[in-house]
Amino acid sequence: MADDKDVLRDVWFGRIPTSFTLYQDEITEREADPYYLLLPRVSYLTLVTDKVKKHFQKVMKQEDMGEMWLEYEGTPLKWHYPIGLLFDLHASNTALPWNITVHFKNFPEKDLLHCTSNYVIEAHFMSCIKEADALKHKGQVINEMQKKDHKQLWMGLQNDKFDQFWAINRKLMEYSVEEGGFRYIPFRIYQTTSDRPFIQKLFRPVTAEGQTHTLGDLLKEMFSAAVTPDDGEKKYQVVIHGIEPVLETPLQWLSEHLSYPDNFLHISVIPMPTD
Amino acid sequence: MSSSLLWAVDVYGRVYTLSTAGQYWELCKDAHLEFKRLTSVQQCCWGIAGDHQVYLYMHCSDVPIRCQEETYENQRWNPVDRFCEKLLPSDRWQWSDVTGLKHQTLDSFRLPSEHWEWEADWYVDESIDGEPTEKGGWTYAIDFPATYTKDKKWNSCVRRRRWIRYRRYKSGDTWAKIPSQDDGPLPDPFNDISVGGWEITDEPRGRLSLWAVSLQGKVWCREGIHHHNPEGCVWTEVMTPGEVVQISCGPSDLVWAVLWEGQLLVREGISRENPKGSSWVVVDSPSTEVGASHVAVGINVVWAVTKDRKVWFRRGVNSHNPCGTGWIGMVGEMVMVNVGLNDQVWGISCEDRAVYIRQGVTSSELSGKTWKAIVVARDDNRSHSESANSLVSAGCFFSGEVRVQSQSSVMNDTESSSETERSQTAQSTSPTHADAMKRRIPKVTSDSFISELVSDKERKPGRDGRDDQEEGAPLEQDQKSVPQETSIELLSQSSGQLGARESQWSNVDLEEAQTPLTAAASDTTETSSLSSVATYNLEEQYGVDEHPLWAWVCGGGCAVDSHTHLNWFNTSTGVSSSVQSMSLSITPAQTAAWRKRIFEQLSERSKRELENFRHYEQVIEQSVWVKKGIMQWWRDWKPNKWIDVQFALEQFSGSDSNRDGILFIYYTFNDEKKYLHAFINEITILVPVLNDTKHAFAVYTPERTKQRWPIRLAAATEQEMHDWLALLNLSCCDSRGIHGPPSKQAIWSTTCKGDIYVCEPAPNLEAVPYPLPCDQMFWRQIGGHLRLVESNGLGIVWGIGYDHTAWVCTGGYGGGFSQGLASSTDNIHTQTDVKSVYIHENQRWNPVTGYSSRGLPTDRYMWSNVSGLQECTKASTKPPSPQWTWVSDWCIDYNISGGTDMEGWQYAADFPATYHGYKKMKDFVRRRRWARKCKITTTGPWLEVPPIALWDLTILPCSSQSSVEEVSLWGISNKGDVLCRIGVTRQSPAGTSWLHIGTDQPFKSISIGGGYQMWAIARDGSTFYRGSVSAENPAGDCWYHIPSPPRQKLKQVSVGRTSVYAVDENGNLWYRQGLTPSYPQGSSWEHISNNVRKVSVGPLDQVWIIADKVQGSHSLSCGTVCHRVGVQPMEPKGHSWDYGIGGGWEHITIRGNSQEAPRIVMPVPAESALEKSGCVAEEGGGDGGRTASNSSVLGGKEEELNGNAVSC
Repeated sequence: MADDKDVLRDVWFGRIPTSFTLYQDEITEREADPYYLLLPRVSYLTLVTDKVKKHFQKVMKQEDMGEMWLEYEGTPLKWHYPIGLLFDLHASNTALPWNITVHFKNFPEKDLLHCTSNYVIEAHFMSCIKEADALKHKGQVINEMQKKDHKQLWMGLQNDKFDQFWAINRKLMEYSVEEGGFRYIPFRIYQTTSDRPFIQKLFRPVTAEGQTHTLGDLLKEMFSAAVTPDDGEKKYQVVIHGIEPVLETPLQWLSEHLSYPDNFLHISVIPMPTD
Repeated sequence: MSSSLLWAVDVYGRVYTLSTAGQYWELCKDAHLEFKRLTSVQQCCWGIAGDHQVYLYMHCSDVPIRCQEETYENQRWNPVDRFCEKLLPSDRWQWSDVTGLKHQTLDSFRLPSEHWEWEADWYVDESIDGEPTEKGGWTYAIDFPATYTKDKKWNSCVRRRRWIRYRRYKSGDTWAKIPSQDDGPLPDPFNDISVGGWEITDEPRGRLSLWAVSLQGKVWCREGIHHHNPEGCVWTEVMTPGEVVQISCGPSDLVWAVLWEGQLLVREGISRENPKGSSWVVVDSPSTEVGASHVAVGINVVWAVTKDRKVWFRRGVNSHNPCGTGWIGMVGEMVMVNVGLNDQVWGISCEDRAVYIRQGVTSSELSGKTWKAIVVARDDNRSHSESANSLVSAGCFFSGEVRVQSQSSVMNDTESSSETERSQTAQSTSPTHADAMKRRIPKVTSDSFISELVSDKERKPGRDGRDDQEEGAPLEQDQKSVPQETSIELLSQSSGQLGARESQWSNVDLEEAQTPLTAAASDTTETSSLSSVATYNLEEQYGVDEHPLWAWVCGGGCAVDSHTHLNWFNTSTGVSSSVQSMSLSITPAQTAAWRKRIFEQLSERSKRELENFRHYEQVIEQSVWVKKGIMQWWRDWKPNKWIDVQFALEQFSGSDSNRDGILFIYYTFNDEKKYLHAFINEITILVPVLNDTKHAFAVYTPERTKQRWPIRLAAATEQEMHDWLALLNLSCCDSRGIHGPPSKQAIWSTTCKGDIYVCEPAPNLEAVPYPLPCDQMFWRQIGGHLRLVESNGLGIVWGIGYDHTAWVCTGGYGGGFSQGLASSTDNIHTQTDVKSVYIHENQRWNPVTGYSSRGLPTDRYMWSNVSGLQECTKASTKPPSPQWTWVSDWCIDYNISGGTDMEGWQYAADFPATYHGYKKMKDFVRRRRWARKCKITTTGPWLEVPPIALWDLTILPCSSQSSVEEVSLWGISNKGDVLCRIGVTRQSPAGTSWLHIGTDQPFKSISIGGGYQMWAIARDGSTFYRGSVSAENPAGDCWYHIPSPPRQKLKQVSVGRTSVYAVDENGNLWYRQGLTPSYPQGSSWEHISNNVRKVSVGPLDQVWIIADKVQGSHSLSCGTVCHRVGVQPMEPKGHSWDYGIGGGWEHITIRGNSQEAPRIVMPVPAESALEKSGCVAEEGGGDGGRTASNSSVLGGKEEELNGNAVSC
């Protein structure tokens, strides 16, 4: 049987084939070809789309190029969500490649944050990690790390260095055997149908009696509609990293193995496709 | 982890055990007796029962306790009758012992007690000094007494032969009564007993000291207890200055006793030669007002309890000062305390009669920190809990009522409830219940307490039935008077049966206990003391805190230390049940289900999202990652020394996640900046060389393996070294595409440091004529610490530690320094190993003072290593590396070749010389060896296979496609027993149990071949072939004695598909000639090579050895992996050696590799293949003849071994 380590590798090396098309109203000097790229699921859009920008630069005047932003079927894509989450949330069950429209004008100020440099992404990423560790270990692990370890986490993500990243990240995944897991599981549940950006509450990996909590337990408590009743019809898909883990999967294990590099378990709850 | 037992007796004299792996007190199965005292060691438990007899409970083992009896038949030759039993009048007896002085015929032998049985009938031993004799087993001599030989000569006038028979101890896992003494002074009934002393002498004999105190206050010592005689032979009295009430004997040389008046006695002069000691010293009670009532000793500790229940710890106790220096009062009030293994302390609290363990007892803090109660349920409670719960409703109104009366007379709850029920049913006059009542009536007498327990189990179905009844017929308030009457009646009946024994029963600590209830009990009559027992039970079952009340605890066999994780401290039963349910809820099957689903989904996802889009551009194409550091490097040129260098690892990775790297070492030479580099994909092995001064490791490439000169680097700290090793290891594995656990074909090896390495064999490893050069093999380290590893082609891998513990591979990888990614998660476990560090004490004789530590100026250090070149004092000698910690004190080692005198000295004319164990006229120097044990705790993919310690093992070699169901695995215990493992399969590589195969002498090496040919070597060098071993008959039928090579004693054997190779004590490698299917024993030994330490023959008859004195271009190495080149089906001896990794290798097994090399048409003669590189030192010609191979190419002296990365 395959090893749990392989899960980490599979998660890290998840790629979404994407085609970038320039928005039709953008002013170009000649027709722009679509640009094709394999996007790392665990990374952030603005971190990996330099090539896209350069590609479209060739056909556009400098003065026509504002801050680049991306949109999929009318929805502006939040760069501060991991790419895999954006895809699972908005584009699951669609044909590949993922067709993203590239804009350089009319930045949707109310929907998106500005991202002026990679430093902004790094700050966001590190704050997520710190928040996650606050939930898992009262922040003790991340605070005991040295600056260079923090840097190594970020560089690992930025340069797609699995080993470099996990050499440090594994410390964030440790917990004492007596407690049977983290203090709280860092998770966020997203849905497209709601106005709330996501659900995030305190939730422990084990019950007071020492029983392990499963993904199903979490959903029942946070978003009971997502759990298919025994006799009912399945209305929602619960997707993490493009897969639907069975509801019996222990939450602690999921948190250790299917978290994004920001140490959060980003769970998408999407309506069942109606085909 | 192997589990061990804590023994305890409750206030009723019932014996319970608690396993270190368990969560319940288990009632001792064989409970036909009640006990008042127990004393246990790991292999057995001694106890004094209510009848004041001593009983022994030996734990059953897969290896039976067997004892050899022997006698000699003597004959003399005369011209008329030839050899016959007519001896001269001056001759010895016709049947005698070995000396001839004692007459002993075959039928004069008697079994020592009823606990023994004969294994078989008498038979003749057909060997002498490791050589087989003629049929009949006669050995000849000129006259008695003389030297006997196996050959009959013209002047052989007398002959004798040895008859042997085995007896076997049969009373394992039961309380066996020690037979009372026939002769000598008969001790009066015993009152206290204590066993220990196993560390006084050396392990093989397994001697135990058993001290006992009689009712009259006399002290007795049981003589002759050891492995082969667990019962001992005779009680001898040890005179004491006063009346003793209690005694305690530690594992080593501590024995303390408590006098009636409250002082303490300390035994002095206990030694290996005199385990009973010589004299007593009186030590005052800790408290001036109150005398001591109880004492408990360990290796370096003494604990005492005074009559006011206060607990005391004795300061400054050790074997030089058994009396210690002073008392320290400890917190807590205890009835008794007991010191177990590792000086751990157990006690029974006055307050609640619970068993407590002292927390935080370490070798540096022997007094520990706090007392912690052991809160676990009893197994019988557990099985009854259901019914007990269902009784609660019924019991509620009982308890209030009954408790009032309980001071005088009431049964325990189950009884009273059954009384209720009986009375109910009595009304309905059910005959079955009347029977049941009869059966239980005599329960109040002392013995019957036990019979009650025995009937406990039988009663169960009945109880269930009763429960049903109770549900059906709820009790009514007005019925309650009926049961009370019944019980009183019963009691009066029973008081009639109380015989003289009652007073004995009350000896069970009950009357001493000062809890209010027992105090009441001891004030009243016998009967009421019994009824107080019932009261307890009542409390226990109905009370809020339901726990057993203990009278005695013994941790002498309970292997725990301050780090052991125990599941003994559940605060409530609720938690314990939930813990259980949690462990139950995650069953492997369920785990597999959800996990498997995730694996499947992830690979589906990758396929879906990537398969058709591989031509898309990657965001990050390729990158370089550099890690730098500062290290020290052992520079290549003379004078060799450590110099500071900058160290960098550059790694490149491509889009396909393939990676490679280069290692750079930047140094300055003559103010000029220079560098040295090594490609990661050329590194063949990384060897940690931890010692107490440097955190160093060695990096080998094929070129450096040839030179016997690795790149040696030292990091500043151990952590830094481990980080670098982990990183480099990962890079090396990545660059070679090696991930996950070792394959089934893998070649395993170990170094003399206990490090474990594994190599994935290339298909051309055994190719003819161009095998993969041995120095190009890539070895990666696997966590753990082992002396040897054996494997076979089905992926069954076992190992043996330096402490002889057997381990089975879990199929994981990593561990040790490889944490995180380079390690699997669920099958890495903690592993420990223990080995000894030796130093020598040297002395020279002078006419004034005799032997003294004043040597000549030219002499070696008076405290030195074995060579005498290095000073090693007791104080300055450190454990081998920071990973090791001392676990014992320095003690004299008597197990040294050449023998020693009583004080461990070996004598010689001068240093250095050959030493002998007795003083001769011209011996001017002497030395003795001191040993100190140290322990390593590490992690690796290994699980212990308890409880038998192994010396050697072998696994049936088979191909990975083999359909063999059960795999033959044989072992030799560290006592030399030959064992066959039952139930070893691919699914359960650990197997289930050992089957003991009888032998006439202890063995040391064993090997089984592909066709179930089994060869083994006894400790005296005799070689045996075992007949008729097959898949159907895995144990075979008998041993055939094979003559050894002339004037050599074999020490190790390895059997491949057809080849049999053996190594003798002088390092010669021998090949067995003339093996045929019809005559598998072969005809003679052919010499192949010298300087061989170990051989491993594979399933394709590949031959690999560990060789000594292998010459490299830079230095010489001993302990080098070598491969026999040119081995082919028609040429099983091969023609020469190819040299691989070395310097400090200890063991290799090739027996997993059954890959046939791809067949190549031979373009050149075999010989020229060897000359392709200068590294292959040629030994012997293609004929492999003896003369050629004896011309050693391996020159040089061992002193020049400085090039070894791992020194031996």
